[in-house]
Amino acid sequence: MTWMPVSPKAAVKEVQDVTFLTAKAFASMFRRPFYVRDILTQMDIVGVGSLTVVMLTGFFTGAVLTLQSSKTLTTFGAVAFTGQLVAVSLVRELGPVLTSLMIAGRVGSGIASELGSMLVTEQINAMRALGTDPIKKLVVPRLLATTSMLPVATVMADAMGIIGGLFTSVFVLRISANLYLARAWNGLSYMDLFGGLLKPIVFGATVAIVSCHCGLRTYGGTQGVGRSTTQAVVVSSILIIIFNLFLTRLILVYTR
Amino acid sequence: MTTPILAMKNVVKYYGDAPILNGISFALFRGETKIIIGASGSGKSTILKLIMGLDRPDEGQIFVEGEDISKFNERRLVSVRQKIGMVFQESALFDSLTVRENVAYRLYELGVDENEIEGKVRQSLGFVGLEDAIDKMPSELSGGMKRRVALARALIDEPEIMLYDEPTAGLDPVTSKKINELIITLRDIKSVTGVFVTHRMRDAFTLATEYATNGDGQTTFHTEDNFICIANTRFLMLHNGKIIFEGPDEVLRRSKDEYIKRFLA
Ligand SMILES: Nc1ncnc2c1ncn2[C@@H]1O[C@H](COP(=O)(O)OP(=O)(O)OP(=O)(O)O)[C@@H](O)[C@H]1O
Ligand SMILES: [Mg+2]
Repeated sequence: MTWMPVSPKAAVKEVQDVTFLTAKAFASMFRRPFYVRDILTQMDIVGVGSLTVVMLTGFFTGAVLTLQSSKTLTTFGAVAFTGQLVAVSLVRELGPVLTSLMIAGRVGSGIASELGSMLVTEQINAMRALGTDPIKKLVVPRLLATTSMLPVATVMADAMGIIGGLFTSVFVLRISANLYLARAWNGLSYMDLFGGLLKPIVFGATVAIVSCHCGLRTYGGTQGVGRSTTQAVVVSSILIIIFNLFLTRLILVYTR
Repeated sequence: MTTPILAMKNVVKYYGDAPILNGISFALFRGETKIIIGASGSGKSTILKLIMGLDRPDEGQIFVEGEDISKFNERRLVSVRQKIGMVFQESALFDSLTVRENVAYRLYELGVDENEIEGKVRQSLGFVGLEDAIDKMPSELSGGMKRRVALARALIDEPEIMLYDEPTAGLDPVTSKKINELIITLRDIKSVTGVFVTHRMRDAFTLATEYATNGDGQTTFHTEDNFICIANTRFLMLHNGKIIFEGPDEVLRRSKDEYIKRFLA
């Protein structure tokens, strides 16, 4: 398979399978047994495991964003508004999207390769043979982990971004820290915060479902695992970027 | 006549365009063992997966204790699978779990008490001579050890039906003898119904000619002589999606069929 489903029929089938997986995952989320230990392990992997990556991404994005926006704002004589522009861009768009993309790369690939190798070594069949529903044991914990930890990671990225911006403001642009922070804080509305948290929840679910789906329909041995892994990252990244447009539109309509 | 514990009726299974199984029918009664032989790729593992409900037949029915499971959904299959233990061809141990957790897996799923689990795990590992490996990870085990852990995992809650997919492949003679004796004991003392897939005719004939008796709490093994047939085991041979032989070892050995003769040679 290449970067896109070849035939329309295959594409429809794929969408159908993903929809079924999503429905099954949500339906079995509320039925016993609950694999609490697996959920916590996954939350640890997604949340704690991605912290460094996410914080670095946030910091440097905020820093560079500050440099660029101050340059533009200077031409309008509005350099004092740098803080506001940086905070709003970060919280609304860059924080959620970049964090989710990083996690799609880090966690999505992990999920797809883990489930893929479990499938080709018959561990999934063994699990079913021992009376476990793989969706409940494998998919649900990963779905819960990404949807709960992505908003947390996004908040971390946003905070680090604003700190990164603060650094460049103070040391490069010579804007006072108080002014920058006050503008940043006052520039944000509750709706920005809401939208900035809704997005990572949706993106987190996207990463988990797409990656689990790719892993669980691996074929062709070890080579197939590599293919599934790549696909999981590519498809979830693209979906994040596309969904972001729709979510942004939706949020903007409702915040007016 | 009592109902068979396990039966297939005109089962057809396709992978792609080719039928791998093309009209398979057989029945197994309590305490009986069926040895499935056949060339590589003839569909032996597929039969076991169908019995376990891990895959569905394209046609035909599969009966477990009289119930047709071929149309069961996953949730109903769970209760069927509870009665069946399966040893996978490639062991299929969970590599993120220790040997202890692998063997105990089913008991955890059933919510058995922690203290009870430890004893049962040790007992089950004792059967296959691997108590020492209890804290190891699967990646630290040899292929043969993995297979024995897989056997211990399948045996832990004493299922009524056991499916063995080449449990002795690649094992040394001493260990495979131990495993054969374990399977014979389960069949003759515990009346476990079994399906045993193998390439190794020597193990197959051991299973078909030896039997176990239990006296004074001591299990002893005997070899039946050539004229009577005590061991409760029949052969089933697959070729081109069909059963080309079904019967006891004596008949199999005397078969005039060219393909079978070549296979036994
Ligand atoms: N998931 C699958 N997808 C496509 N083809 C499959 C699948 N599983 C099995 N097959 C095909 O079905 C046939 C039978 O496979 P099976 O594993 O049952 O053989 P086997 O008799 O157990 O062989 P062996 O002795 O080598 O283990 C093989 O030709 C294999 O290529
Ligand atoms: Mg096989």
